[in-house]
Amino acid sequence: MSIQLGSRVPHGPIEKQWDQARFEMKLVNPANKRKHTVIVVGSGLAGASAAATLGELGYNVKCFCFQDSPRRAHSIAAQGGINAAKNYHSDGDSVFRLFYDTVKGGDFRSREANVYRLAQISVNIIDQCVAQGVPFAREYGGTLANRSFGGAQVSRTFYARGQTGQQLLLGAYQALERQVDAGHVTMFPRTEMLDLVVIDGHARGIVTRNLVTGKIESHVADAVVLGTGGYGNVYYLSTNAKGSNCTAIWRAHKRGAAFANPCFTQIHPTCIPVSGHYQSKLTLMSESLRNDGRIWVPLKAGDKRPPNQIPENERDYYLERRYPSFGNLVPRDVASRNAKAVCDEGRGVGETGHGVYLDFSDSIKSLGVDLIRERYGNLFDMYQRITDENPYQVPMRIYPAIHYTMGGLWVDYYLMSTIPGLFVIGEANFSDHGANRLGASALMQGLSDGYFILPYTVGDYIAKSKLDKIDTGHPEFAKSRAGVADLTSRLLSIQGSQTVDSFHRRLGRVLWDYCGMSRNAQGLELALGQIRELREQYWKDVTVTGGADDLNQSLERAGRVADFFELAELMCLDALDRNESCGGHFREECQTPDGEAQRNDQEFSYVAAWEYQGPEQPPALHKEPLHFEYVQPSQRSYK
Amino acid sequence: MRLVLHVWRQKNPGSRGRMVRYEAGDVNPDMSMLELLDVINEGLMVKGEEPIAFEHDCREGICGSCGFMINGIAHGPLPASTVCQLTMRHFKDGQELYLEPWRAKAFPVIKDLVVDRGAFDRIISAGGFISVPTGSAPDGNAIPVPKEDADRAMDAAACIGCGACVAACPNASAALFTGAKIAHLGLLPQGQPERHERALRMVTQFNRENFGSCTNIGECEAVCPKEIKLEVIARMNHDFIQASRLRR
Ligand SMILES: Cc1cc2nc3c(=O)[nH]c(=O)nc-3n(C[C@H](O)[C@H](O)[C@H](O)COP(=O)(O)OP(=O)(O)OC[C@H]3O[C@@H](n4cnc5c(N)ncnc54)[C@H](O)[C@@H]3O)c2cc1C
Ligand code: FES
Repeated sequence: MSIQLGSRVPHGPIEKQWDQARFEMKLVNPANKRKHTVIVVGSGLAGASAAATLGELGYNVKCFCFQDSPRRAHSIAAQGGINAAKNYHSDGDSVFRLFYDTVKGGDFRSREANVYRLAQISVNIIDQCVAQGVPFAREYGGTLANRSFGGAQVSRTFYARGQTGQQLLLGAYQALERQVDAGHVTMFPRTEMLDLVVIDGHARGIVTRNLVTGKIESHVADAVVLGTGGYGNVYYLSTNAKGSNCTAIWRAHKRGAAFANPCFTQIHPTCIPVSGHYQSKLTLMSESLRNDGRIWVPLKAGDKRPPNQIPENERDYYLERRYPSFGNLVPRDVASRNAKAVCDEGRGVGETGHGVYLDFSDSIKSLGVDLIRERYGNLFDMYQRITDENPYQVPMRIYPAIHYTMGGLWVDYYLMSTIPGLFVIGEANFSDHGANRLGASALMQGLSDGYFILPYTVGDYIAKSKLDKIDTGHPEFAKSRAGVADLTSRLLSIQGSQTVDSFHRRLGRVLWDYCGMSRNAQGLELALGQIRELREQYWKDVTVTGGADDLNQSLERAGRVADFFELAELMCLDALDRNESCGGHFREECQTPDGEAQRNDQEFSYVAAWEYQGPEQPPALHKEPLHFEYVQPSQRSYK
Repeated sequence: MRLVLHVWRQKNPGSRGRMVRYEAGDVNPDMSMLELLDVINEGLMVKGEEPIAFEHDCREGICGSCGFMINGIAHGPLPASTVCQLTMRHFKDGQELYLEPWRAKAFPVIKDLVVDRGAFDRIISAGGFISVPTGSAPDGNAIPVPKEDADRAMDAAACIGCGACVAACPNASAALFTGAKIAHLGLLPQGQPERHERALRMVTQFNRENFGSCTNIGECEAVCPKEIKLEVIARMNHDFIQASRLRR
């Protein structure tokens, strides 16, 4: 079976396309909706909003998450805010400007039609969330407050203190619980999807493991929706929650869903550096700190003096030096790459040498400590809590960390994957951010997909398809259950000598070194070899204690890491194939004479969609060409 | 530094648990409590023993997954933080720490330090929301909300649902948790139409679960990692009493 990449973008001018699509959709008779079951895997912003809305519409919804409550999905951790083209400040914002910024920010590797729709819907999201009781920040007059974020020239970011993700997720969670109360949604917490079941070419259900009892169960549906989040944890250390993983999308990939742009990952420049080998995750420090902090390293390599003893003329404010017009406010990818470069030269700071200073002393002198405390007090406290250093007195140390994955399962305009009936929403799909995501736009995308797009497109699919009645006794379900049980017993029976985490750390290190902030062909080849070797060792020598019949966290992790190994390989293949630099993907071979990313639109203006061909088989590459009719591709410059 | 841990080990809900002693040498003061457990667990697994089960996800104090008692205090000695934010520098070299799961009838132990907090979801499901179908909302600025109200609503909405309040309460009451949601929604104009119904239903559900009643002791406020104030309980009682009166 070969994959077809029809994007199904409607005809007509871009601003009419979503209207047109909705008009062309077939509707499900309201009286019949109850007879249709829709599975939603994931209860983050994308999954919870989708499940709640589908429930409201009257479908019989089953929603799954691996945490003990849907309210704990990783979306809860988002801090900064959510974008919307409300133009409440009359500062020149518009749907078109948000669309333009997002396409350009994505370095011209996203689909224009999807991004335009996202910008259109952004305004409805804010209305919906306000009505749900999300306590957004307000001005004294009672209207909604905004801030500018991530270098945007307009104030379009809505926020709830530093807990925007939490408040948006609680809004979606409460809408979801309302549907649970109404009997339209059944919630399955502590339940992990371990396989997708495809029957006659259509997604017809999933196989899950109850994480408390270990029971393997089957669920039949008319459509399956994955809102299972990103795969940044393939690097082991990232800003993602510890449980975030790729298992749901990876196993769907193995059942025929194409994986798009796996090498597009985002590295956030301002995170607290790694401090020791025991480190389990990295903490993000808000990007806003770069508004008043100055980034520097010592001029000389190996200078180990404390920062306060390094005189002004022996410091290198490298971003200000290299990018005089943007200075410390260059985009995420540029700031991250430059930090790595100075550390590679031996000029990094802190015990490990993997850090750069973010120094507020000049701002404190000019603005006063009170204003700095007012702006960043909570962030400074958080920093001090973790590092035991006082950033009012000593410069912060920061270093880039993996933060977000733009790649994900390929979807068409209707958010349907290459498997009919399998829909993918939120960070799990590849759709809207191209090669680089702008700040405050992931929350927007998750809610746009879940509240406003998917509920329509699932209905259209259900209305148009004639699905046979099946039950969990179907041989495909039985086969899938057997496969899942087999994998579990294989992992338990190896009884080797090395822990799952020790493998995961090593895998992460390889990826970070060769498929991280900058990449080259030789390094990627090397990484492919090392990943395969590690994977072989894994299946021979990993130790997974305990049994299959109760809560077994090491078994859960073991399955997820097995999938990370396979995904890591695909990421390197994709990075190798894309012999250009774009957004977060920096190929050292492709740079301008002064070291900036060099895109190659002639050859690489496409979405790379990979098809799984079987174990130990090379995956097949399919290309969806990208066309830009509204935003002309240009070279990004921040000099 | 060196620490001695006594950890509650219980194989499953049906079995009997007991405290088990673990010695941790070479503890880095920058480690979090959960990272210390990671290190102990790595050691156990290499020896083929089952690791200590504990709940965690974000590891930055926002998801509400983590939580257990340390020397009898929910989330340990550091105020306004969760166990994932608690670094070892807050303990003394050689100190003995006793780690136990939340103890409450409404939160049965599943394994080791993991308990079932499903009752919290059921309380929210019983009215802890504003009924607004997707797409039916007016413009976000149609109803101005005084900044002070929005700020106070946000204070209450900051609850992470970790369960520390229940664990710390001698009555194992869920009043702070329930009150926080009632206060959050009740402080906003959008929450007014369902305000009474919400208080009635949520309090009824809270009584149906195995939580005790609130007798205003205040232990919950003292351990709350998000510093939710007791006044949310007053708001809950107020709304509930008013709603009950109107019902009659
Ligand atoms: C620290 C941090 C700060 C951020 N700040 C911002 C910000 O300010 N603005 C912004 O726009 N974006 C921000 N982001 C990005 C944004 O938070 C995420 O991209 C977004 O929340 C992802 O939402 P989601 O619904 O797609 O997935 P998630 O919230 O990750 O939810 C995934 C869900 O899937 C479930 N799941 C996964 N696998 C399985 C399985 N196999 N079986 C069953 N269930 C499964 C999980 O239980 C969970 O419920 C931030 C990210 C991080 C890490
Ligand atoms: S792990 Fe999320 S609050 Fe501690």
